[in-house]
Amino acid sequence: MTDILTLEGLTKDWFGVPAVSDLTLRVRQGACLGLIGQNGAGKSTLMNMIGGIVAPTAGRMLWRGQPYSPASAADAAAAGIAFIHQELNLFSNLSVAENLYIDGFPRRLGLIDWRRVHARTREILARLSLDVDPRLSVGNLSPGERQLVEIAKALHNEAQLLIFDEPTTSLTARETERLFDTIAALRAEGRTIVYISHILGDVRRLSDDIAVLRDGRLVDEGPVDAFPVTRMIRSMIGRDLGGLYPPRTAAPRPRPVLEVRGVTQPGVVEDVSLTLHEGEVLGLFGLMGSGRSELARILFGLDPHQGGQILLDGAPLPAGPRGRIRAGMAFVTENRRDEGLMMEASIADNLSLVSLREFGRRPVGLIDPQALSARTEAARTELAVKAGDIAVQPVKALSGGNQQKVVIGKWQMSAPRLFILDEPTRGVDVGAKYEIYALIDRLAAAGGAVLMISSELEELTGTADRILVMNRGEIVGGLDRAAFSDERILSMAFREDAA
Amino acid sequence: MTSLAERALDAAVRHATYLIFAAVLLWFGLQSPVFLMPESLANIVKQSSFIGIAAIGMTFVLLTGGIDLSVGSVMFLAALIAGMVMRALDLPVPAGMVVALLTGVVLGLINAFFIVVLRVIPFIVTLATLFLFRGFGIWLTSSTQFDFPPAMRAFGLSSILGVPLPIVVFAAFALMAHVVLAHTTFGRQVYAFGNDPEAARKSGVKIAWVQARVYVISSACAAVAGFVLIAQIGRLDAGFGEGREFDVIAAAVLGGASLMGGSGTALGAVMGATLIQTVKMGLVFTGVNLYLQPILQGAIIFLAVLADGLRNTRMRSRLRRTIRTVEPASGPAGRRI
Repeated sequence: MTDILTLEGLTKDWFGVPAVSDLTLRVRQGACLGLIGQNGAGKSTLMNMIGGIVAPTAGRMLWRGQPYSPASAADAAAAGIAFIHQELNLFSNLSVAENLYIDGFPRRLGLIDWRRVHARTREILARLSLDVDPRLSVGNLSPGERQLVEIAKALHNEAQLLIFDEPTTSLTARETERLFDTIAALRAEGRTIVYISHILGDVRRLSDDIAVLRDGRLVDEGPVDAFPVTRMIRSMIGRDLGGLYPPRTAAPRPRPVLEVRGVTQPGVVEDVSLTLHEGEVLGLFGLMGSGRSELARILFGLDPHQGGQILLDGAPLPAGPRGRIRAGMAFVTENRRDEGLMMEASIADNLSLVSLREFGRRPVGLIDPQALSARTEAARTELAVKAGDIAVQPVKALSGGNQQKVVIGKWQMSAPRLFILDEPTRGVDVGAKYEIYALIDRLAAAGGAVLMISSELEELTGTADRILVMNRGEIVGGLDRAAFSDERILSMAFREDAA
Repeated sequence: MTSLAERALDAAVRHATYLIFAAVLLWFGLQSPVFLMPESLANIVKQSSFIGIAAIGMTFVLLTGGIDLSVGSVMFLAALIAGMVMRALDLPVPAGMVVALLTGVVLGLINAFFIVVLRVIPFIVTLATLFLFRGFGIWLTSSTQFDFPPAMRAFGLSSILGVPLPIVVFAAFALMAHVVLAHTTFGRQVYAFGNDPEAARKSGVKIAWVQARVYVISSACAAVAGFVLIAQIGRLDAGFGEGREFDVIAAAVLGGASLMGGSGTALGAVMGATLIQTVKMGLVFTGVNLYLQPILQGAIIFLAVLADGLRNTRMRSRLRRTIRTVEPASGPAGRRI
């Protein structure tokens, strides 16, 4: 088989610091290459060079045997390379067909030839078995459908190489299955795929070859059969992790922190009861759409509930998140970028946000800058956030794992009784995940209670003392650590007759 | 849970401007039946053409999420330069209108240069040119009145096939803008830009071009609007068009354009401008205290913007997932409020 894309000695320096150095990599025509690496390993820079967003400092690329040096995103598209990013490039106010044709519509008598646009769009959508009207606004589509529209856009541009960058982050299990079927169909048409993801199981399942980047270099590559997950992880972090999960250092105590009794909200959750103890990590598992995140929002006072009671340390809670924060709740949302952090603000500003009022100096409450910076600096050291000057560096310049540490850290500063963590390791690489698990253990050991929501069952069985399973807005069962069994948990989560 | 009442409310919120329009017409019609005669209705459309033409141009800018505060000054300066050129070269009035249009294009290019090339935010650029353009005109005239040749008024008061000229120009601009926005690549790219400029760039849209053109279009529309109104008066003073940018923006927003970009239509701008004028005229017809006018106009804009806000919140709540089907109210659990 020939190579469709060849990278030879590709290098990119940012102010003398190499992001990608001397990278040589072949992408075989018609194959699927799984590309993995920790955040900061150079994957994004590499993709940006292929996509024409940044120019390499040295080295060259060959596209179908010809020298290839794109100067813009349009050049890459014209060559036949398409990117399907985690954040999609779609316009929610335009129709599906318009999204496909936005860079140039076919015309008739000087005006857009809608009949042709819609007919051709229908044809492409049919190939992807996406049954939506081309005139429907993209804003009305689900995340999974939008992803398929993005793929339709690539097909419309006759892309031969499709690069998927963490495509499943916002998809449900069913949508993910559908995406994988689509990828298989694309391959059957002879197209080439590069699949980038932190979900190593998916990468193994889809790929023919695996390539591992670390510190801007290609450190390992080979056919998937010779690439078990252990080898993937070892290559990514450059050492054996010695277990994926840190040991738990303290046992739960009998005193309850959070008591939920019969909480009900029509259409969302039904008769949810649970108790969470001091020093306990309680895992909450369920498929996407089972009501996990919705329950978390209700507990934190972001959404209303009609029936039932929520008690913290035996006392009823005030309505609304402000009162609940003061009562000792902390909430790390699943949507770090939009809800968890001020991306443009500095690390120190983000860290101090929740506990800012403690630094007011009498009598007028002006902030005490020395006390504040001493405290944020201490928090940074404790969390091991890898950053330069935390008073200057914006949070958006951090890797996903370090961003998440900042989110947890800002809550930790107000010493809460209850942590609600919704998907705390989403978009976080393997090495940083371990640090976050260790951080969760420390929160519990210090006497806090942790409610951890995750769609990765493995990380719950690795870190939790007890797991509850949700299905269609109800808690359908629970297991203690000694009785953890993936099979039993999954069968509860997938049970269709729960309602 | 979409009961009939909820769906009706949805529809009402979506078409708030039309409903307000109908209610206003009905109200004034009941007060004074003369108000609904074809002559007075035609008069309303004629008088709204001035703000309306500029609001059509403004809609392009608002669609990209920008704003053009300089339109009031463009109305003044473009009409003035057209008049001076007409006088100096002894041009016929239609040629003068072309001069006004070209002046508008040049002034729009100045805005576009600062916004697109130097990347200064539109609010600041057009605030500066609001003062600059008017200042330039006042310097040219030393703040004195400028009288147009008599042919100007004859042109302004003329009609084509019985339709007054301002209405003809208004209709022509509305139609052109509608076709451009709805049926050309550029038009659809304006919507794409307003939704997400970065995604537009990555999708191969030449975003600098799109953004530059909307400011040129806005200025050109404002210039023609100014010329058409002056043609009815025949005389230009230094205060002409002052503060009109807010009427123009209000008309566009009333017609459904969002200040956040990405939504709005040319026909909406026509509706918005006509609605404002209808209220003004209606108040005159029904003999309401003249000084109440601005308050009522403000109230109507407030209503329309409120409807826009409601629409957005409802759309968002619609997007919130429900996980289980809601049983009918008979169930024992829940239902306590």
